[in-house]
Amino acid sequence: MYRYTEFDENFLRARNAQFRAQVARRLSGELTEDEFKPLRLMNGLYLQLHAYMLRVAIPYGTLNSAQMRGLARVARQWDKGYGHFTTRQNIQFNWPKLEDVPDILDALAEVGLHAIQTSGNTVRNVTADHFAGAAADEIADPRPVAELIRQWSTDHPEFQFLPRKFKIAVTGSPNDRAVTAAHDIGLRIVARDGEIGYQVLVGGGLGRTPMIGKVLVEFLPETDLLPYIEAIVAVYNLIGRRDNKYKARIKITLHETGLDEIKRLVEEELIARRAAFKGVDQRLLEEIRGHFAPPDFNTGGNSAPTLSPALRAFIDSNVTAHRHTNYAIVTVSMKSHGATPGDATATQMEVLADLAETYGHDELRISHEQNVILPYIPRSALSDLYQRLKAAGLATANIGKISDIIACPGMDYCALATARSIPIAKEIATHFRDIGLEEEIGALKIKISGCINACGHHHVGHIGILGLDRAGVENYQITLGGDHNEAAAIGERAGPGFSADALIPALERLLRAYLTLRDGVDEPFITTYRRVGLDPFKAALYPQEGAQDVAA
Amino acid sequence: MSRDYSKILTANDLRLGDVVYWAADQRWAQAITDAVVFSDIATAEAALATAFAQSDLVVGPYLIDAITTETGPAPAHFREAFRMRGPSNYPHGKQEQAQG
Repeated sequence: MYRYTEFDENFLRARNAQFRAQVARRLSGELTEDEFKPLRLMNGLYLQLHAYMLRVAIPYGTLNSAQMRGLARVARQWDKGYGHFTTRQNIQFNWPKLEDVPDILDALAEVGLHAIQTSGNTVRNVTADHFAGAAADEIADPRPVAELIRQWSTDHPEFQFLPRKFKIAVTGSPNDRAVTAAHDIGLRIVARDGEIGYQVLVGGGLGRTPMIGKVLVEFLPETDLLPYIEAIVAVYNLIGRRDNKYKARIKITLHETGLDEIKRLVEEELIARRAAFKGVDQRLLEEIRGHFAPPDFNTGGNSAPTLSPALRAFIDSNVTAHRHTNYAIVTVSMKSHGATPGDATATQMEVLADLAETYGHDELRISHEQNVILPYIPRSALSDLYQRLKAAGLATANIGKISDIIACPGMDYCALATARSIPIAKEIATHFRDIGLEEEIGALKIKISGCINACGHHHVGHIGILGLDRAGVENYQITLGGDHNEAAAIGERAGPGFSADALIPALERLLRAYLTLRDGVDEPFITTYRRVGLDPFKAALYPQEGAQDVAA
Repeated sequence: MSRDYSKILTANDLRLGDVVYWAADQRWAQAITDAVVFSDIATAEAALATAFAQSDLVVGPYLIDAITTETGPAPAHFREAFRMRGPSNYPHGKQEQAQG
């Protein structure tokens, strides 16, 4: 994985010293909040409901054990003993004191982490497939390109004041695990006649106006990638709307300008941009690739573990095929039933760091689904790893099931939220376990957002839940049929929202209807939904409405 | 029929980020039970202007709707009730302070 150069270290040291001075001036009263706010946001420091919140970038979700221990240190020393992994592969600390933040940033810098551009109208943390470099279905590792984009976009002088924030995601696999179609730019590595190139999607996004990204170019040669991305962002920077915050994302620019015109403008811009790069981007990419060489796979130990029923269940649920036959990708669920989705205690982070170091070539990933991945585990170590995960309470075998829910912090923490997400997620997880339906329901993506900004990706959940404030009461709207992968789709609103109390029974009716409607136990919810459509599910959600229709 | 005006002035503490309320003794208090309840717009907005001038103490002051309960003033809206109590998933924030 990428290691900071001396240049990177010096840059970060200087930036942290600058912010330390800014915090001191704020605390002494030299800076007002109006003056300080843009400065703190540039360094990932928000003010939430109960406290400040520090959002730390985990570039393309990749960490080593030292970095994970660094996050644990922040959680234990300066926060309340935990952190929250987000849908953008970041981590948020919910309780830092302003005067401690410079020390926190210095501690993070010691392990090669920072909070720069985790806020503001800039290019945000570049995200990628959390199985990158390990997945059996991968065409190429997306992380070198993600790192190239990270280096290009960090402190890029032209793009510090974009019309709005800008999110880029990269996948190297045709099975899109990075939700690329819901990003301002989505990059999909493709191969054509033996050559690696990029399908470029533009204008995807969730939030109040959800849109699936459109293909701007089907096959972009790698030599043009960075100039092309720069051309897109430059065009957006000039013609993106600045008069209305809610119409400022590139998805609206694309919608209002048209795909063909955007493509023409980008290709016109590309000529000058390409010339200015002079190939330096390609030389840098080659250098970066060296950082992402595959680990020294142990080709000797391919003995399969002895499978207890519990281990078999864990492997069935949490282990994914690896590019190397002797290896496995292990997803560690941060969604044990009744826990806050995506939260990890300092102790859990340290256990995961130890396990990565002992068994997993010192690498970890954070998924946008708020789980932790050990991408390089020899199959021969699966049994030992499972025992250690179990001892640490980290062996929940629920990946891809109803309790593996994405949930934003919601109104438990977030100043923008209109309702809570966390208690809803907890209740769904425990309820369906307690009534014994979790296994029977099988593969299902529930995603919950506590406001229309959709950090919880509810639009692309098979079942999406959106928390709103309806006349001073929390109310939850259900959307159905969304999908987050290469077949990305925006869910359809099922009907009026439910109160918190009525939501779980409504979901139970919905899922019991699915169990009746499905064409055999192997047909997942989303397939049934596509086959039968909204109506039978709507009837299950709103039985009284149906009765009224009959009566009428 | 006009509703009775009833507002509390709240903000976050500059250093700690804690939720605070403007209290009768002209200071920022941790407990909402110490909060002043404003019953007229002019006094409330004057207090808000004063709070903005105290940017060396607090961040983001604003007025919230208040109700009166047996234990004293309380927020009318659930968002402010969460700010008053702390998150529902851990006993942190005001809950922790109350336990401490």
